[in-house]
Amino acid sequence: MIEVLYFAWVRERIGIPREKVETSATTVMDLVEELRVREERYAMAFSDLSALRVALDQELGEFDAPLSGVREVAFFPPMTGG
Amino acid sequence: MTVRIQEEEFDPGTEISGFCRGRRDIGAVVTFTGIVRDVKDTLNHMRIEHYPGMTEAALGKIEAEAVERWDLGDSLVIHRYGDMKPGDLIMMVATAAPHRADAFAAAEFLMDYLKSRAPFWKKEITQSGEAWVDATEADEAALDRWSS
Repeated sequence: MIEVLYFAWVRERIGIPREKVETSATTVMDLVEELRVREERYAMAFSDLSALRVALDQELGEFDAPLSGVREVAFFPPMTGG
Repeated sequence: MTVRIQEEEFDPGTEISGFCRGRRDIGAVVTFTGIVRDVKDTLNHMRIEHYPGMTEAALGKIEAEAVERWDLGDSLVIHRYGDMKPGDLIMMVATAAPHRADAFAAAEFLMDYLKSRAPFWKKEITQSGEAWVDATEADEAALDRWSS
């Protein structure tokens, strides 16, 4: 079970800020594929991965990163702080 | 090293006068304040969202990196989230060092990293609708000068 979080327009497209996902995905990319086929809103949110960033347990990571031991995955657009 | 993420306003004067007060080893304090601007005169307000937990961790890491690179006595980062109007303060950075060169450089470094490595997202709400602010290539390119 992984806690999946969405921020900014990713959250708006999917319609929820977070959810628990029962998954056997071994990498972030596998998880993305599982989410994409769920519903149109997920497919929309994940249509262009170059426009997305991912954090694993609150640290920036890569889409090919393994999910073993990871409790929290977050998807969001490039950050715009400051 | 202090990081504060908050919804409420802050007073930079109060922050600066309290920062490093009483220290005998500090010769320079540099501060930067970020303000909501309305370039096209259409902005109603700006909304900033963040990732609680990761925000503090990311900023702590950036500050620790600054301490490793420069001779710093202390640093302070305050960043707001929630709704802000044009002219409102968004954030501030302060750095203190024995010498000004370190304080200036560390403040720029903190700002450059904070803009594209701390999980904040800005949305502009205007009279005609709302839109997320896009990250710029210039923001990303600004990080390159520190990667040596």
